[in-house]
Amino acid sequence: MIVAHMMFEPVLTKNIYKKDSEKISTYLANRGYEASRQALTEFTPEELIELVKRSGLRGRGGAGFPAGLKWSFMPKDHDGMKILAVNTDEGEPGTFKDRQIVERDPHLVIEGVIIACFAVGASRAYVYIRGEFFLGVKRWIKAIADAYEYGFLGENIFDTTFSLDMSVHRGAGAYICGEETAMLESLEGKPGRPRLKPPYPTQTGLFGLPTIVHNIETLACIPHIVQKGADWFASIGTAESKGPKIFSVSGHVEKPGNYELPLGTTLKEIIYEHAGGVRYGKRLKAIIPGGASTPILTADQVDTPMAFETLEKAGSQLGTGGIVVMDETTCMVEVARRSTKFFAHESCGRCVPCRIGSIRLLETLDRIEDGQGLPDDIESALYLAKNIDGNTFCPMGAALVNPARSSIMKFREEYEYHISHKKCMVGSK
Amino acid sequence: MVTSEPTGILNPKQRARLLAALYIAQEQYGWLSPEAIQRVATRLNLKPGQVYSTASFYTMFKLEPRGQYLIQVCEGLSCYLVDSVEPMIDHIKKRLSIEAGETTSDGKFSFEIVQCLAACDFAPALKINDELHGNVTLNMIDELITDLSNR
Repeated sequence: MIVAHMMFEPVLTKNIYKKDSEKISTYLANRGYEASRQALTEFTPEELIELVKRSGLRGRGGAGFPAGLKWSFMPKDHDGMKILAVNTDEGEPGTFKDRQIVERDPHLVIEGVIIACFAVGASRAYVYIRGEFFLGVKRWIKAIADAYEYGFLGENIFDTTFSLDMSVHRGAGAYICGEETAMLESLEGKPGRPRLKPPYPTQTGLFGLPTIVHNIETLACIPHIVQKGADWFASIGTAESKGPKIFSVSGHVEKPGNYELPLGTTLKEIIYEHAGGVRYGKRLKAIIPGGASTPILTADQVDTPMAFETLEKAGSQLGTGGIVVMDETTCMVEVARRSTKFFAHESCGRCVPCRIGSIRLLETLDRIEDGQGLPDDIESALYLAKNIDGNTFCPMGAALVNPARSSIMKFREEYEYHISHKKCMVGSK
Repeated sequence: MVTSEPTGILNPKQRARLLAALYIAQEQYGWLSPEAIQRVATRLNLKPGQVYSTASFYTMFKLEPRGQYLIQVCEGLSCYLVDSVEPMIDHIKKRLSIEAGETTSDGKFSFEIVQCLAACDFAPALKINDELHGNVTLNMIDELITDLSNR
């Protein structure tokens, strides 16, 4: 039985369909900047950290790290500047939630930034936005300028002693800059190659200063937690995955789009109740639950709730919550090949297993897809995957092997058919 | 032209201004010629090699001249799944008589195949310079190209 969340009142996306939703006047007309005022005038930083810890909020950028815990890692005795870096470098194939947030409700994020910076003692916030998001860049710049004009940014915000400066930094086309340390490198004007961790950014981050990095959807949750309380937030979701989440749904569905629902909503409900079901009445074949880097699920796993712990148990990850739906006509070898091509293209080149391994893996998949597959190719692909995963600086290595490895595990017969018959089992492509 | 630092906040290090400076240079020169790289280096007090190292890392910085209009078609997974990427690519190649990665002889159009544009909700998607177009059809492509050709 499907327990529908049709009644769930959107929180993060409640403003986005309003006229001129991106404007500060619209935001203010809807109790805008009340949460940040409340946070700065009624809470101590310690109380805010405690509040966010109790809410159970986990990062929405992919890794799912507890936000309150991250805040508590920021050094309290640091004399110099502390920094918040705001990650709007959305590039994970199948994900388009951050683009919508920044284009349609940037002030919600600015409020989250003000509260987070006050809590961790940061006096400067750098927004890093994907270079391709031209409209998003414009919206960010306008929103920040307006927030300055109204006194929500700058000196002595809400007549307190707290001051905060914020600026926008435009990326220039590199998926890897969504990885937090690569993003810091890029903010410093360098090629975006990930740093070795530790030290973690909270110790040594941007310009060597303590830096906290958050995805913008995470920051968008903060004002609501301040206004409605930690208990309210923790009442939404599952045991280990709290709060609302924006799920981007694309691929073979009737109504692709962003759907904000409680964490723990099943894939079945999201696909059939909200995204209109598989298009043209076709049968569901496979689902990527959290962006191209998360392992593929089969149709019989459609009852899996979209939560960190349940997807892990199902052999995948929540990732960014970017759901890609595939129907019965989909060639799984081609799906893996396309995703691997993306990762091979986006490898920063620092670590050999990722730089060379991704190309070798792509060549293997190219061969199989083109009907030139060798009998050993499936095993070679798995061998490559084993030797790339875990042997790189950043999570890119693990990410890039997931499409090939998971589709071989789940749809091995398609690979075998491709090799033995020199054509696709599904036939359409 | 959109650059960073709209609020006039200074970055603590000169090199941190590099991406913004490269955008400005690219806007002025049309591409990042050796001369443009040298000028950025001089202005930010960096070595040309440092500037080149950053410029060559990012796909949006062009180290070769390109057409007035850069058409970028997304071939990512979600665009592929809706069945229209290959026909779109073929159509553009035929219409402009160029291959992906090339520029028309009149310098008007360049064509590139790119990865996910985070527009999967209105796949298939393409970008012309800074403008994103969704739910693209072959007719739309014809109209866009005709319109831009006459500008």
